[in-house]
Amino acid sequence: MRVALFVTCINDALYPRTGQAVVTLLERLGVQVDFPEAQSCCGQPQFNTGYRHATEPLVHRYAEAFEGYDHIVVPSGSCAAMVRDNYPRIGEKAAAEGRGHVLADTAARVVPRTYELTEFLVDVLGVTDVGAYFPHTVTYHPTCHGLRMLGLGKRPRQLLEQVRGLELRELEGAEECCGFGGTFSVKNAAVSAAMGTDKARHVEETGAAAVCTVDNSCLMHMGGTLSRRGSRVRPVHLAEILAGTEESPL
Amino acid sequence: MSVTYVGMPPFPEAADASTRDERLRGNLRHATHTIRDKRATAVAELADWPELRTAGAEIKDRTLRHLDHYLEQLEAAVTRAGGTVHWAADAAEANRIVTRLVEATGESEVVKVKSMATQEIGLNEALAEAGISAYETDLAELIVQLGDDHPSHILVPAIHRNREEIREIFRTRMGRWGRAAPENLSDRPADLAEAARLHLREKFLNAKVGVSGANFMVAESGTLVVVESEGNGRMCLTLPETLISVVGIEKVVPTWRDLEVFLQLLPRSSTAERMNPYTSTWTGTTESDGPRDFHLVLLDNGRTDTLADRVGRQALRCIRCSACLNVCPVYERAGGHAYGSPYPGPIGAILTPQLDAMETGLDASLPYASSLCGACYEVCPVAIDIPEVLVHLRERVVQGGPVTVRGQRTTVRPAKGHAAERAAMRAASWTFDHPRALRAGERLASRARRLVPRTLPGPGKGWTDSRDIPSLPPESFRDWWRRTRGPGTRPGAETRPAARESGTGESGAAPEGGRE
Repeated sequence: MRVALFVTCINDALYPRTGQAVVTLLERLGVQVDFPEAQSCCGQPQFNTGYRHATEPLVHRYAEAFEGYDHIVVPSGSCAAMVRDNYPRIGEKAAAEGRGHVLADTAARVVPRTYELTEFLVDVLGVTDVGAYFPHTVTYHPTCHGLRMLGLGKRPRQLLEQVRGLELRELEGAEECCGFGGTFSVKNAAVSAAMGTDKARHVEETGAAAVCTVDNSCLMHMGGTLSRRGSRVRPVHLAEILAGTEESPL
Repeated sequence: MSVTYVGMPPFPEAADASTRDERLRGNLRHATHTIRDKRATAVAELADWPELRTAGAEIKDRTLRHLDHYLEQLEAAVTRAGGTVHWAADAAEANRIVTRLVEATGESEVVKVKSMATQEIGLNEALAEAGISAYETDLAELIVQLGDDHPSHILVPAIHRNREEIREIFRTRMGRWGRAAPENLSDRPADLAEAARLHLREKFLNAKVGVSGANFMVAESGTLVVVESEGNGRMCLTLPETLISVVGIEKVVPTWRDLEVFLQLLPRSSTAERMNPYTSTWTGTTESDGPRDFHLVLLDNGRTDTLADRVGRQALRCIRCSACLNVCPVYERAGGHAYGSPYPGPIGAILTPQLDAMETGLDASLPYASSLCGACYEVCPVAIDIPEVLVHLRERVVQGGPVTVRGQRTTVRPAKGHAAERAAMRAASWTFDHPRALRAGERLASRARRLVPRTLPGPGKGWTDSRDIPSLPPESFRDWWRRTRGPGTRPGAETRPAARESGTGESGAAPEGGRE
C-alpha cells in the first residue's frame, strides 16, 4: 500500500521528529510513504481566526498536492478535522457567494481520503499492536478536535495499551481543553494561560514521565506551560511512541 | 439599543481581571463541575437522547423556517382566548409597551418571574425611569437585584456569589425593598431561603401586576409555558390581576406534541432533573381564575435579522438551558460578567453579537472568546454548532460581508484594528501557497534558532508571559526528507497539476505545481 503523508506545517517547521516517526512506523508496517512536496498548511489558523478567503488557495493546494492518493495520512487531529469538517464549509460558502462549485467539488474529493494517523492505523490497516516499545509512564490527553470533531474515540488508547513497557496513567479532567485554541492563546492570553495551568497541574499530578497527544499544537502549549513551571514531564506525540521498538527505542 | 451593558470593555480585558479572582474561579469551578456531572448522569438515563436532540433541533428549524405563519397562528389563538398581543420590533418599543400597560393599571409596583427577555431589553431600568418598581422573585435574581449586580449565569444568575456574600446582601439590602432580613441571619442555606421566602411572600400577596417571559409558546392553542424550580414564578403568574409576558419570537413551537420533546430536553440539560418541579401553562384568561387581563409582548430585537443569516440562525434554536456554560472552560475561568450581557458563555458569544448587529467593541470580541474546543456543541440539547457560528462571526468581524440589520440587507466592512493581523494572515497564506518561499523561511528560522528570545514582543508576549517557546529544530521535515529520500514523488503524475479553474477571494497568484 502506498500513502501520502500530510506532515502539517507545524510538524514540518517545529516537530520534524513526529513526521519522521510516522514514516518509520508506517514503513515498519509495510506501507510505502510518499511526501508530496507541494503540500504546505491546511489553513486552519487563517480559517479559525475568520480569514476564510485567505484559506481558499490552501484548499486548492492541498487537493492538488495529494491528487492521486487514496490515503492521506495526517499526524494531527486538528489539521485532519480542518480538512474533513471545514473544507466542505469553505466550498459551500464560496458557492453561496456566487463563485461556483469548484471549491466545494475540490473539498468533496479530499474529505473521504483524509485520515488522522490513528484512524489510518486502526480502521484502514486494522492494527492496534504496532510492535512499539516505550518503557515509561505516560498520560494521554485527548485533544479537542480529535475527540469531538473527528470522533477518534478509543483508537489512540487502543494503540497505547499495546505498547510494550508503557504504563498508562489516568489524567484528571482529560477531556477538557488545554487552552491552546490557535490565535485564542494570544488573543485571550489570560484565559488560555489559566486553562493551560490547570491542565499542566493535572498532568503533573499523574506522576507520568510523558504526556502524549495526537496533536503537536496542543503539546506545544502544554509543553511550553510545563516547561515554564519547571516541570520535568516531557511532551511527546503519539507517533513517536509508536515508532520506537526494542531494537531502536525512542 | 445594545444588548450589552453600557461601558463594558472587550472580553479579553474583562477576563484578564476576572481570571485573577481566585475566589470567583473557585466558586465557578465547584458549581459548574457539580452540575455538569449531574447533567451527564441525567442525560445518560435516556437511551433515545440523540434522537430527542435531533428532534429538538429539527422542530426549531422547521418552526423558524415558517416563523411568520406560527406567530400569526399564535396571535389568533391568544386573542381568541382573551389575551392581547403586542408586537415590539426592538427593546425600546417593548419597554414602552410594558410601561404603558403598567401605567394603565394605576400600579407602581410589579412582581417578576425570572426572564431572560426582560433582562435583554433592560425592562427593570426602563420601568424605574417611569417610577415603577419591578421586584425580581426568583431567589437568585433577588440576590442579584438586591446586590445591585448583574447576573452571571443564565440558570444560576448568582453563581458568582457564595453564601457568606448572600447573607451580607440580605442583611444590608433587603430592608430597603420590603421586609428586612433578621439581624442575626446565618449563612445556612435554609435560613437564607427562609428570609427570602418571608420577604417575597409579602410581594406576592400585594402584587396587582406580574411580568414574565416564557420558555415556550404553543401556537395551536395560544398557550404560554414557564418551567421553573421554586414555584415563585407560579405565584406571579396566578396571583396578580394583570399579567404581562415579554417573549422572544423564536420561543414559539407549533403544537403540544412538539412541546413534549422540549419538556424532556430542557430539565435534564439545565438542572439535571428528570422533570422540573413546576411547569405552569396558561392560555389567555380564565373566568375567576388567575389574571383577568393578559398581554403578550412579542419581541424581535434582532431576531429576524439573525434569522436571515444562514449559519448564524441556529442560535435561535436555543432553549436557555445553560449546559454550554457549565461545560465551557472559558466561562469557568472568566466568569459570566466578562461577556457583558445577560447571555454569558458560549451561547452568549454567538447570540449577543448577532442580536446587536456587532455594534460594539465587546460584540466584536465575543466570537473570539473560545478555544473552539467544541464541548458546548457536544452538550447542546438542540445541537447548535456553536464553534461553527463562532468562526462564522469571526469572519464577519475581520472580513466583513453581507448581513441584515433592521430588516435591511447590507454589507459590513471589516472591523477596525485588525490591519496587522489581516496582513499577517494573508502573508502566511501566500507563503504557504509558495513552497519555495516556505522552505526559505524555514531554513532562515533554523539558522537563526539560537537567537530566538525567551520573551516575545507584541502579540507574542501573550504567549511568552506564561509559556516557553518551542526550540526550533536544526532541519525542517521537508529538508530531512529531501536529504534522505530525494525529491517528493507522486503516483502517475508526470506533469504539473491542472491550473485552478476559479479565482478566489484573496489570491490571484498562479499555483506552483506539485514539483518545483
